[in-house]
Amino acid sequence: MKRIVILGAGTAGTIMANRLQRLYKRQVATGDVAITVVDQDDRHIYQPGLLMLPFGMYEPEDLVRPRQRQVSDAVEYIQAGIDRVDAATDTVRLDDGRTLSYDVCIVATGTQVAPEETEGLLGPGWRKNAFDFYTLEGATALRDALRDFEGGRLVINIVEMPIKCPVAPLEFAFLADWYFTQRGIRDKVEIAYATPLDGAFTKPMASRELGHLLEEKGVQMVTEFNAGSVDTEAGILRSWDEREERFDLLVTIPLHKGADFVGRSPGLGDGMGFVLTDPHTLQAKVKANVFAIGDATNVPASKAGSVAHFQAEVLTGNVQRLLRGEALDPGFDGHANCFIETGFGKALLIDFNYETEPLPGRFPLPGVGPMPLLKESRLNHLGKLAFRWAYWNVLLPGHDIPGISAQLSLKGKVLPATLTAAH
Amino acid sequence: MTDLLTLDLDRDAEGFLQQPEQWNREIGIAIARECGIAEMTARHWQVCEFMRNTYLANGAAPSIRTLGKESGVTVKELYQLFPKGPAKLAAKIGGIPKPHGCI
Repeated sequence: MKRIVILGAGTAGTIMANRLQRLYKRQVATGDVAITVVDQDDRHIYQPGLLMLPFGMYEPEDLVRPRQRQVSDAVEYIQAGIDRVDAATDTVRLDDGRTLSYDVCIVATGTQVAPEETEGLLGPGWRKNAFDFYTLEGATALRDALRDFEGGRLVINIVEMPIKCPVAPLEFAFLADWYFTQRGIRDKVEIAYATPLDGAFTKPMASRELGHLLEEKGVQMVTEFNAGSVDTEAGILRSWDEREERFDLLVTIPLHKGADFVGRSPGLGDGMGFVLTDPHTLQAKVKANVFAIGDATNVPASKAGSVAHFQAEVLTGNVQRLLRGEALDPGFDGHANCFIETGFGKALLIDFNYETEPLPGRFPLPGVGPMPLLKESRLNHLGKLAFRWAYWNVLLPGHDIPGISAQLSLKGKVLPATLTAAH
Repeated sequence: MTDLLTLDLDRDAEGFLQQPEQWNREIGIAIARECGIAEMTARHWQVCEFMRNTYLANGAAPSIRTLGKESGVTVKELYQLFPKGPAKLAAKIGGIPKPHGCI
């Protein structure tokens, strides 16, 4: 019997469990393949909703479902903490002392925020005037604080890259502008966006477009700002090179790190707990029968659900190839696809990979769309809202999305050379 | 003294070497001077070499946080050694392409 152990039942782990179960349906029924998923709790959070929750667009209970119910019944679900992966002996040790042996191990334990890594951030003002929104508790506390906010300086700060959903802090700025406008107090609120990057985003064309939008919406951009410490009582955020940003309300995107067990597993991860992973085959560097997917890896792709979805297609094939003794497919190209909420019922859509930056054009059908790329539209916003249904009903069950392939398509995109020629 | 202009180096618009194999220590010293670092101390080299070796081994440059945890130089000292942008400056002097703060 072949044992496949998946660590983590978030977006990536759930998709993998369901895809592999479908691939090996017969073998699972006959007991020739066993698929096990391990997670420390039974609370699956729809993370894109955490951006909307602070603005009252969702209630906390709208975003949570049991993890186990998103995974096929034919898959064994173990609720336990993970102590370590011992690649040398092909085993996973759980916190409760149990040991699981595997033929293939897939690490899908994502990333977690680490506010304790920034001096002073967890001080007296934590979740009073300094908030994160990447956790359900943080987003809910921030909602209450925004409701009571009557004016002052709101600072949004990314402590350090990489972060989950790298566009979410920008979306937060856009939505805050909209929210305070609707409440009729936009003129009493100053919004600043402090980022360690040298622009709004990492890729040039999108960075320009999003930078313009911030300017239009009256958001001050502070670039190359590397947060060193926070004084929540005085309301001051300081950079390592001793610049200061004064705040009445701080929305922080804390440092991100991998799951704690990665650090305890010999050879598995880097210093931040991200799994050392081949960017194209998704095989872990530690050993041939270990793979990683989603936010847990160190590959230079966005940490986003769409990426996990595209990776899953390649990884499912590679698990099968490994078990058959065949060469792996280096098929993952870094493909990411994200809606960017820009407020006032509109959104942008971007589609990119390792090599190709987000470009303007139409998606998914060339010339037809219906969705425009890198351009605000109402349809993109509706797409983002409809995504919540698709997440639970199409994405997690591990189905393909019609018309959208794992690899980036250049059809329908306007290439930089064409753009230059047109100007 | 190495004159960068007399060498046929592949550098981007901001001065980052595009081919790490073109680099040597003399070139590193010349780039440092260009960036306003008059003297490269042992501490400077410790960071630049860590940066370069990590890039050559993993294909990606370490972040400031990783530098602070693993290079043996604290984040505070990194900013004293390389004012403004330690990761970017150390990458430039170490002769590797601009780190992209991966997304």
